[in-house]
Amino acid sequence: MKASLIERLTEGAIATFLWLLRVAVVLVVVVGSALTIMSGRYSLEVYVGLVVSGLTLGSIYALIALGYTMVYGILRMINFAHGEIFMAGAFAGYFVVTASDKLGFLNQGPVTAMITIVVAILVAVAVATPIALLVEKIAYRPLRNAPRLVPLISAIGASFVLQYTFRGFFGPGIYSYPTVDFLDQTLPISGVIVRYVDVIVVISAFVMMTGLYLFVMRTKLGTAIRAVSEDKDTAALMGIDVNRAIVTTFGLGAAMAGAAGVLYALLFRQVFFLTGFVPGIKAFTAAVLGGIGNIPGAMLGGLFLGQVESIGPTLFLDGFNVPSPNQLKDVIAFTMLVLVLVFRPSGILGERIARSRA
Amino acid sequence: MQLRKLGVLAATAALVLGACSGAATATDPLGVIKVGANDPIHVAFWGVISGADASLGTDSLYGVQIAADDKGGKLLGHAIQVTTEDGLCTPEGGATAAQKLAADKTIVGLIGSSCSDETVGGIKALTDVGLTTISPSNTRPALTKADRGPEYAGYARTAHSDAFQGKAVAEFVFNVLKLTKAATIHDGSAYAEALQGVFADEFKKLGGSIVAQEAVSKGQTDMKPVLTKVAAAAPQVIYDPVFVAEGGYLWAQSKQVAGLEKTVMIGSDGMFTPDFVKAAGKAAEGNYLSSPNFSAFQAGYADFLTKYKAKVGKDPISAFHAHAYDAANILFNAIEKVAVKNSDNSLSIGRKALRDAIFATKDFKGITGVLSCSASGDCGAPLIAVYQITSRETGGTWPPAKPTWP
Repeated sequence: MKASLIERLTEGAIATFLWLLRVAVVLVVVVGSALTIMSGRYSLEVYVGLVVSGLTLGSIYALIALGYTMVYGILRMINFAHGEIFMAGAFAGYFVVTASDKLGFLNQGPVTAMITIVVAILVAVAVATPIALLVEKIAYRPLRNAPRLVPLISAIGASFVLQYTFRGFFGPGIYSYPTVDFLDQTLPISGVIVRYVDVIVVISAFVMMTGLYLFVMRTKLGTAIRAVSEDKDTAALMGIDVNRAIVTTFGLGAAMAGAAGVLYALLFRQVFFLTGFVPGIKAFTAAVLGGIGNIPGAMLGGLFLGQVESIGPTLFLDGFNVPSPNQLKDVIAFTMLVLVLVFRPSGILGERIARSRA
Repeated sequence: MQLRKLGVLAATAALVLGACSGAATATDPLGVIKVGANDPIHVAFWGVISGADASLGTDSLYGVQIAADDKGGKLLGHAIQVTTEDGLCTPEGGATAAQKLAADKTIVGLIGSSCSDETVGGIKALTDVGLTTISPSNTRPALTKADRGPEYAGYARTAHSDAFQGKAVAEFVFNVLKLTKAATIHDGSAYAEALQGVFADEFKKLGGSIVAQEAVSKGQTDMKPVLTKVAAAAPQVIYDPVFVAEGGYLWAQSKQVAGLEKTVMIGSDGMFTPDFVKAAGKAAEGNYLSSPNFSAFQAGYADFLTKYKAKVGKDPISAFHAHAYDAANILFNAIEKVAVKNSDNSLSIGRKALRDAIFATKDFKGITGVLSCSASGDCGAPLIAVYQITSRETGGTWPPAKPTWP
């Protein structure tokens, strides 16, 4: 009797706390935004600039998040080495773009710049994919039937191995992509600065994501992947090559991450052996935000996270006169994650089948 | 029973006798380090030697190694052994490195850390075990303030305090560039936060106005939101004394934010490296970095540069190699002063004696200046210069030829 009373009280306290949290966050968001907008401190152009910045970063998060979500979907494991695959892609692209710059090819005009970028992306994909397959073969496949925590630890180990292998090869210093003049030019829109690189990043991200979505939904191999992620054993009984489906999933995720690495480096220009860490964590957050295991969810989660990080600090906190709100962008991003998970524990587009599988 | 007592007595007597014959100063309130007859004198360097700011620590490490080479690799007949510990330029990294070093009983003295954050995190562990460290590149003013806590008893530095650097930059902006509206951006590190604070205070004293004080976080790559916010306040100059990676992002992205196309960017010694110029790219051209004034260094600096080039194969990669060279020499001098040579050629070095000897350094002829240590550990000669970055530096030549000011 007594125990149940205490239990009920704790439950009530937790429920109240969660409700207070929800109310507090919603209040901060609504009141903060209203105050900021009413203060008139920022013009419309400022907001547009922030949205553009959030869109570019968000589409890169989305590309990386796809790898997390697909691997989770099929193997129920978090591939923490995924951020390093992304870094490998960025490194591979660096050598292509630098070589093109040294040959004097890069900055001859928009066409040569675009050719270089396409080649860089292809090379990045060609480098990132085998690395991911190797990681799958060495670190994950032997543990496929082990308890779920084991491959997770193995993934963290693989991530360190990759980081420090790159450190061994390329040293701890920063590699800076050469400036691509064409990419730095701005679109002829007055008031806001939108560079060609922003447009290219967003368009290529969307093309790749659409391609992936169509592949998974419309092709035979894509159907196999979906079948394996629904139920591995039954899929095997139906004559589906489970291994092939899993390897394809890893390869696709790595290709997206490798390409994202080049796009990221075109935007931010610096690459070094720890480049993959923060974007990796953010993309994982995006995947959870969107509902891990769900492909459109990962895309949506990435774009949402990009926007929250970009516009959130200024929009939500500036109205309260919080000093240097941009330092708090991670706090805002992760508070949003908590909030989304409080309202929808399975993420924005959470898997509806999750319950039956657990 | 009787016999055993006798034995104890004999042993005690032998110990006392041994101690007397060995050295009169074999006791020290913080303990004595014994360096065996054939053991090296172990000196440790701790600082950032990996990641984006690796050049800052590596550059200092070269300075220490050259100082050891200049001694012929030997001190009092013992080889000098220099080991390194990575502090990662963070308080946590500094704490881990310091704890590891504090546990090593063979260490005589230390050079480091690189970043003020590392010292803030690690100094207590070192001071507690009686060790003393001399930093070649920490510049946060509070580290050598007269009222610094007891945990800083084992801390001295040959780097200038940012009380000077912040003031110098403020004077440069107001008097030379004749700009009156400034914004600052820091990265939450002990170094940057304090430095932009000094700058802001001094700039206001001169009659300028600070229109925005913003911050980013370490590891952040997308600086456009914070720059957009700063742009809304329309500053003529942005002072962002952060480190290589974040500084590179800030400078490069400042050109992509409406309203900041013409704004002057100024950074400080944490960004005074070719890595930073590479990271910022063409956006660096026309902007400024403050650092120690290399033209004001002593005659020995030219000689040092030759050795540096011979050892490393290129010109200095950061700003504090000379300060590290001086710090190492101060440490070596102090060791020579207090080490007691025993009859078997081993050395006894009192930790407190060594610390006192370092703090008693007076009119030491270093290559960064004639150095004297204050009671709170300030040994540096605060000479600051501002360098303009031009197409020469972005084209790959480093360091800048001569200061723009003074």
